[in-house]
Amino acid sequence: MAAASNKPFRWHIGVFLAPAVLVYTAIMILPLFGTLQLSLFRSVEQVQTFVGLANFRTLFGDPNWSFNFWNALKNNVWFFIIHMVVQNPIGVMLAALLSSPKLRFTAFYRTAIFIPTILSFVIVGFAWKLILSPIWGVAPDLMWLVGLKSLFTPWLGKEQYALTALSLISVWQFVGIPMMLIYAALLSIPEEVIEAAECDGITGWSQFWKIKLPLILPAIGIISILTFVGNFNAFDLIYTAQGALAGPNYSTDILGTFLYRAFFGFQLQVGDPNMGATIATMMFLIILIGVCFYLFLVQRRLRRYQF
Amino acid sequence: MKTKFLTALLLGSSVLGFAGVASAADVSLNVESWRGDDLAIWKDKLIPAFEAKNPGIKVVFAPSAPTEYDAALGAKLAAGSAGDLITCRPFDKSLELYKKGDLADLTKLSGMENFSNVAKSAWTTDDGSATFCVPMASVIHGFIYNKDAFEKLGLKVPETRDEFFAALDKIKADGTYIPMAMGTKDLWEAATMGYQNIGPNYWKGEDGRLALIKGEQKLTDKDWVEPYAELAKWKPYLGDGFEAQTYPDSQNLFTLGRAAIYPAGSWEIGLFNTQAQFKMGAFPPPVGKAGDTCYISDHTDIGIGLNAKSKNADAAKTFLTWVASPEFATIYANALPGFFSLNSAPVKMEDPLAQEFVSWREKCKPSIRSTYQVLSRGTPNLENETWVESANVINGTDTPEVAAEKLQKGLDSWYKPAK
Repeated sequence: MAAASNKPFRWHIGVFLAPAVLVYTAIMILPLFGTLQLSLFRSVEQVQTFVGLANFRTLFGDPNWSFNFWNALKNNVWFFIIHMVVQNPIGVMLAALLSSPKLRFTAFYRTAIFIPTILSFVIVGFAWKLILSPIWGVAPDLMWLVGLKSLFTPWLGKEQYALTALSLISVWQFVGIPMMLIYAALLSIPEEVIEAAECDGITGWSQFWKIKLPLILPAIGIISILTFVGNFNAFDLIYTAQGALAGPNYSTDILGTFLYRAFFGFQLQVGDPNMGATIATMMFLIILIGVCFYLFLVQRRLRRYQF
Repeated sequence: MKTKFLTALLLGSSVLGFAGVASAADVSLNVESWRGDDLAIWKDKLIPAFEAKNPGIKVVFAPSAPTEYDAALGAKLAAGSAGDLITCRPFDKSLELYKKGDLADLTKLSGMENFSNVAKSAWTTDDGSATFCVPMASVIHGFIYNKDAFEKLGLKVPETRDEFFAALDKIKADGTYIPMAMGTKDLWEAATMGYQNIGPNYWKGEDGRLALIKGEQKLTDKDWVEPYAELAKWKPYLGDGFEAQTYPDSQNLFTLGRAAIYPAGSWEIGLFNTQAQFKMGAFPPPVGKAGDTCYISDHTDIGIGLNAKSKNADAAKTFLTWVASPEFATIYANALPGFFSLNSAPVKMEDPLAQEFVSWREKCKPSIRSTYQVLSRGTPNLENETWVESANVINGTDTPEVAAEKLQKGLDSWYKPAK
C-alpha cells in the first residue's frame, strides 16, 4: 500500500492518450452509438419517435426490404469468398516469391504490385470499366490477339458475371496488402530456423509448407480478418463501377450500396435515415460476430513462436 | 495602438459597406439555383434584359453545386438567410418546401395563365388547388438520327412503328452503322430514353398517366406492358456488348458517327451540336399506324418560386411575372437549346434541331414521365424499379409481363390510390 501511494500519479499517460481517445471517440464511437440509436427510432410526422425493434421487423418482415437485404448479404458473402480464395493465396505466393533470395528486381516488383492499393477507388473503377468496355476497351483486342476473342463478353453488364468480375478487380487492387504483410512476416523468420531446417534436409517447397507457413499463420489470420471487415464495409468500387442501383438487376448489390440507397436515397427515392441506420446496425453486428468468431475460436488456437 | 487601428478599419469598412447599399437604393433579389452551368447566361443575357426594363430592381444569381443544393437550401431556409427567389426541383422536393411554408403560393401571379396544366403539374399540389413555382423549362424525348447515314442508306424518317423497325433492319443489314446507340449498363438510359420515350404513345399520354395515379389502370394493363414488349424487340439492334455500354459510351458512339439512331432527350442537343461532324435530324416516337394521335414526353424539369419569407416579395413577383413572359422564354430557350420553355406562347428558336423537337408540341399531345408524380413517394421506389426492370427487359432477364407484374406488386405494397 505504502509503495503504491508513494508513486506519483502518472499524468503523462492520460495526457498522451487523450488526443487519440478524444478524436476516436468523437468521430468513431459517438457516431456508432448515434447510428444504433437512430435504428430504434422512426420519423412519424417529422418527429423522431421511439419504435423499439420495428425497423428491424420491417427489414426482415417486409418482402420489399428483406429480399434486398438477403440479396445484398448473399452477394457480399460471394464477394468475400472470392477475396479469400483468390486474393490471399496469391498474396502469400507473391510474398514467397519476393522473399526468395534469388529473385532480382525485388523492390521493383514489390512497388509495382503495391501501387494499385494506394490508388483511389474512383480511378480503379473507371480504369477497369474502360479496360473491360466492349466498345473502346483493350480487353477485347488483347483477347483477340491470343485468339480468345470468342470468350469475351461484356462482363460488367451480365448478371451472372458482374459480381465476380468486380470482386476480381478488387482483388487486383488489394493484393498488395496481404503480400506486404506476409512478406514482412517471412523476412522476420530468423536465419537459424531456416538453417536448422536445411541441416535436417528440408528445403524448397517442403520447407515452405513445414517451416515457413506455420510461422506466418498469425499474419494470414490478421489478413483474413482485415479482408472480412473490408469486404463487408465495401461500397466505393461497386458505386463507381455500377452506380448506386448496383445493376444489372441488383446482381452486384452489396450491403454498402444497399445502405447508401436506404440512407441517402437515390434519384426520386427519398432517403430514410432510420432504415439506413437499421441496415448499418446489421452490418455492424455481422462484422462484430465475424470478428468475435475469429478472436475467440481461431486466434486462440494459433500457435505463436517466440525466437 | 494596434486595436485602435483595427477598430477604425472595421468601423470604416462597415460604414463604407452601408454606403454601398445606400447608394444603390434599389431592391436586390437573390436567386438560389443548382444550375451553376447557367451562370453566364443569367449574368450576360437574362439579368441585363430584366434590369433594363425594371430599373430599381437588381438581380443576383447565386448558384450552389447540384449535389449540395437541396441540403444547403434547406439549411438557409431554416436560418432565414435564403434568397428571395428559389429554383424549384420538380415534384416532391418542391412540394415539401411548399407544405412547410417555405414557398409562397403563386396561383394568382400574373403570367401564370401562360402555362398549361401539364406544364404546371410539377409544382402544383396534389389536389391542383395551388401552384407554387413558375415553370421554366422542360426536356422532350424523341430520337435523334444521323442524317448522312439515312441519306446514304436511302432511308426515310419513320413515322410508324413498322417503318421504324424496317429502317432498323435495313441499317443492320447494311452493317456500316450500329442501328441504335443505347446501353443498359447505367439502367436509366433504358428507362428514360426507352420506356418513357416510347411509352406515352401506348398509354395515351396524360390519360394513361392520370388513370394510373387514380388507380383506374395498372402497370400490368396492355397499354403499360406493350412498351416493354417493344423495348424487348430493340435488343438485336443495339451495339455489341450493350450490356456494359454506359451513357457516355452511347453518346460517343452516336457523335462519332458509328450509330445511326440515338434514343434521346432534348438536353443532348447542345453537346451533340458541338461534337457531331454530320447533319442530325430528329423524329418523335413512332406511332402504331399512320394517322394515330402522337404523344410525347415533354418533361418539366426546372421552375422558379418565391421564398415565402422574402422581404422583397413585390419586386420578386415582378421578376417572376417576367420569367413567365415570352421574352424570358425566348432568351432562355435560345441560350440553352434543348431546354424548352413551357410557355404556351410559341418561342422562336435558332437551333434547327431544337426547332424540330419543339415542333412536335403542335401535332402531338404532351405528357410527363409517368413515374414522377406521386408514384415514386414510397418504397420500393417506382422510378428506380422502372430503371432496373427496363434494363432487365432489354437484357432478356425478365419478360415484359414479368417486369410489369413486379412493378405493380411493388407499387401495390405502399400506394393506395384515392378512391
